[in-house]
Amino acid sequence: MSNRTFTVMVFAIAIAIIMASRFIPNEYFFQAAYTVLQFVVLATAWNILGGYTGYVNFGTAAFFAVGAYSTVFLYNAFQAPLVVMILAGTLVAGLLGLGVGYLTLRLRGVYFAIATLALAVVLYTFVINWDYVGGARGAYLLQPREVPFGFARYTHLLYSAMVLMTAAALAVARAIETSTLGRGLAAIRDDELAAESAGVPTLRLKLFSATVSGALMGMAGTTFPYYLSYIEPSSAFSLSYAVNSIAMPLIGGMMSWLGPLIGAILLGSIQQLVQVTVSSAWNLLIVGVMLVLFVTLAPNGIMGWVDAWRKRKDR
Amino acid sequence: MSDLLLEVSGVTKRFGGFTALEDVDLVVRPGERIGLIGPNGSGKSTLVNCICGALHNEAGSIRFMGEDIGRQPTHRRIRLGLARSFQIPKPFASMSVLDNLRVPLLYAARRHEKIAKSQITDEAMHILQQVGLGDKAQAMSRGLTQVDMRKLELARAMAAKPRLLISDEAMAGLSPAEVDDILALLQGLKQQGVAVIMIEHVMRAVMKFSERVAVLVAGRKIAEGDPQAIAGNPDVVKAYLGE
Repeated sequence: MSNRTFTVMVFAIAIAIIMASRFIPNEYFFQAAYTVLQFVVLATAWNILGGYTGYVNFGTAAFFAVGAYSTVFLYNAFQAPLVVMILAGTLVAGLLGLGVGYLTLRLRGVYFAIATLALAVVLYTFVINWDYVGGARGAYLLQPREVPFGFARYTHLLYSAMVLMTAAALAVARAIETSTLGRGLAAIRDDELAAESAGVPTLRLKLFSATVSGALMGMAGTTFPYYLSYIEPSSAFSLSYAVNSIAMPLIGGMMSWLGPLIGAILLGSIQQLVQVTVSSAWNLLIVGVMLVLFVTLAPNGIMGWVDAWRKRKDR
Repeated sequence: MSDLLLEVSGVTKRFGGFTALEDVDLVVRPGERIGLIGPNGSGKSTLVNCICGALHNEAGSIRFMGEDIGRQPTHRRIRLGLARSFQIPKPFASMSVLDNLRVPLLYAARRHEKIAKSQITDEAMHILQQVGLGDKAQAMSRGLTQVDMRKLELARAMAAKPRLLISDEAMAGLSPAEVDDILALLQGLKQQGVAVIMIEHVMRAVMKFSERVAVLVAGRKIAEGDPQAIAGNPDVVKAYLGE
């Protein structure tokens, strides 16, 4: 299937889902689905740099929060419309991603991962001390009273925006994966020196990958302040974003766009289920247990396991 | 100037206080077959790394097809028509053997040769058959034997469609029959006008293959000339066997 066909299809499915959701009477569905989809976007975005290119980013929370806080800034400064907030947050997070891309010049493997974690800490400290966006006490964002496009509630609009963002993230990830670019990124992941010696412009490709990955992570955060109507640094910079966006592709499979999607839906849904039935305190524990299970039983994730099973069947 | 393909002059490379290469000159004409020999640690691989851009030399210049490439990143040199194989094979482990060749075909060969995207697979298969990996095209590269990995290394360098191919010990550990296969392959490149620098410890292969041999000892080029003269050169014999 060509990427254009795929993009059209994935957006058609997204719009169909948005339409169908109007008939769902349960308010909780929108809350839960928003969170799960947000993780689909984060996991897909993380996988572009982490899975395709082989650079493990521990700073998902930093990008997510940059998206979220650019919304807070635009809200305070201009009461900007939602579309502008989404686009601006994506852009700013993309620029941050570009900066992180330059780190790959000197840092590889675990050192790169630590640097991205440090980036999150630095930005967290910065936001805590920035009074205009609420500082440590946080900021309130009132959801607009008039909801456009005939949605019953503003949350439904946010949910629909998240469905579309998910479609966009998946389309971008698949386009990268199946292109010449994706093959170049895979070469970098396997051996950077060999990639460069095969004519792959490694730095340019790494910068591209880090920028796109960062931009998509930031995009996922742009609607977050409205979703809760309140934002404060420790929730926007929560470590659980980093942990989840790494665990989900690992569990789903890092070699294809389907992996993060499956992993995020699986892990995200279980977390939602447990949050309602038991307690949200269990969430990280679940991630940990699932990770241990998968790393030992299916080290290439669900997709890797499916591939191996298919190959066995062919034989 | 333009009749020289590669022109290395006065190249010096230091690692801290250690001088790995000192004032090394080397020229390669189009289609020429050069042997580069020397004891372990004499700087052969360092010279290759300087030519290809993995290392930057402190002094001297490197010109390729008349262009000074000394400041250019590796991928740009490869796109101009340089290619190398690695001494320790570096396959793209997550890819099939065929996909390994697709990378240089897509990123390097298409820069200076007209290859349609639809021809990439055929071209890759053609090269694999030449090196004798045709029946392993779909196998994962990480599962290959050491010998096959060396062949893949060479095939991947060939897939960049170079004007100058630098083969860094492609034959170490191969059986005599396999050495002959690889030799025939590298000699075949001459018909396509491809120059080859062969770094090798398998003396029989170097002597048979090379039109000209250069000898590096402790970072200096101590001799250069036709294979027979080099084999009889007292300095070279001394460097290899001691006094």
